Amino acid sequence: MAEYSAFSLLANALKGNKDWKPAWRKPDPKASYDVIIIGGGGHGLATAYYLAKEHGITNVAVLEKGWLGSGNVGRNTTAVRSNYLLPANTRFYEHSMKMWEGLSHELNYNVMFSQRGCLNLAHTPAQFDDYARRGNAMRHLGVDAELMTPAQIKRLIPALDISSDARFPVVGGLMQRRAGTARHDAVAWGYARGADRRGVDIIENCEVTGFLRDGDRVTGVTTSRGDIRARKVAVAVAGSTGRVMRLAGIETMPIESHVLQAFVTESLKPFIDTVVTFGMGHFYMSQSDKGGLVYGGDIDGYNSYAQRGNLPIVDEVMSEMLALFPGLARVRMLRSWGGVCDMSMDGSPIITTGPLPGMYLNCGWCYGGFKATPASGWTFAWTIAKDEPHDFNAPFTLDRFHRGLVIDDKGQGANPRLH
Amino acid sequence: MLITCPYCGPRDVIEFTYQGDGNRERPDPASQNFEAWNAYVYDRLNPAGDHNEIWQHSGGCRAHLRVVRNTLTHEISSVAFASGDHGSTARRKAEDKP
Repeated sequence: MAEYSAFSLLANALKGNKDWKPAWRKPDPKASYDVIIIGGGGHGLATAYYLAKEHGITNVAVLEKGWLGSGNVGRNTTAVRSNYLLPANTRFYEHSMKMWEGLSHELNYNVMFSQRGCLNLAHTPAQFDDYARRGNAMRHLGVDAELMTPAQIKRLIPALDISSDARFPVVGGLMQRRAGTARHDAVAWGYARGADRRGVDIIENCEVTGFLRDGDRVTGVTTSRGDIRARKVAVAVAGSTGRVMRLAGIETMPIESHVLQAFVTESLKPFIDTVVTFGMGHFYMSQSDKGGLVYGGDIDGYNSYAQRGNLPIVDEVMSEMLALFPGLARVRMLRSWGGVCDMSMDGSPIITTGPLPGMYLNCGWCYGGFKATPASGWTFAWTIAKDEPHDFNAPFTLDRFHRGLVIDDKGQGANPRLH
Repeated sequence: MLITCPYCGPRDVIEFTYQGDGNRERPDPASQNFEAWNAYVYDRLNPAGDHNEIWQHSGGCRAHLRVVRNTLTHEISSVAFASGDHGSTARRKAEDKP
């Protein structure tokens, strides 16, 4: 029977909620595993879950240097969408979207996936044409997309300034209705519980300090809690990819680490029931179920491993918010935070075998790691189990730059701060 | 974050544009060394600590600067003109200022 059900809620409520089991155990690390996953964030936990569920590989450890979900899975703005232009991205993120649609049921854990839609605003006729092109590309691959007029947009988001004397008048938008938001912590906890119940050891406060090697081959890791051997070592550490790969002797990667800030206001009454993005700069906003407006903009734009931001971007994001919603000028910002993204050279992720024998690498998510969580875990588990990529992640190799097969959705070239 | 431009003095980071990793070495334009070009375009050191980078004082004197900045703390330990020759002359000028 499902662990969380109407019956179990009632039964536990009547017994004073004393009989709930912890969602995951706190095991000590064993001497060896079939697979070690470095990184207890969304992608690492999802990978462990699908390794156990889809491939029957349950002798798995997830090593997390802090506490579970303390990195990017708890630091993002929770948007989920699959509105990409290039086929490799569209297929991958649409697979992820389909997984999101069944995720609460799959995990028996309410990830609060809310398909409230994601609307990209266009502010020039050329930009509107570009969105039409992207919408057509999406529909060719079976993904929902619709163009909206300013009048339709005003009905959807009454607070939006669509007047012709707005600083950047709205000329239309591209809407993906199936897009939306999810409760980011619940995604981590749901995957953690699912993996734990299938036998995966989730080991927190266990920092990887080096790799065990047999010649070129990676045979395990050294950690703050001792050496752990494994047949396969998978790395899913988001913004720390550069640091962890250096421990394996890999000095350069097609990645730069940049900090991305996000913000939340005090709680408001229902104000906006979709995700909206500003096409004239870089701004995105939605309202959380608790009432706070959750929003963000550009990365700070220079290499950084500091999980905090600088004021110029705060200023820029606030300006963009007020350009769209002048009515928010007196709403107070409650808090801000920063997460470290590994910005890749083409804006697309890397999910691959290697780069060393016995190693598997999942990185380069730029802004987009959260929405990718289910498909990232699912394809990475496939890659680890079978030593080859699934069709969905076959284009996302590490050597695609070398081979001239970049997946540059924004057409910005090898310039991480612009993706 | 303040960057001390050798010509203009300490200025807010908003006056500057990040031009990226200063460790990269552009191969000779005539070079057909594929590996060297590939490394120049795509490979990054991305250190957690001191990072050698290029900034332009785009909202000021427009000089290109070589900055050493700690990527964990944002602490800047050195700023110099990116072009050595021009840098030495201009730095003297800056020092001459009262």
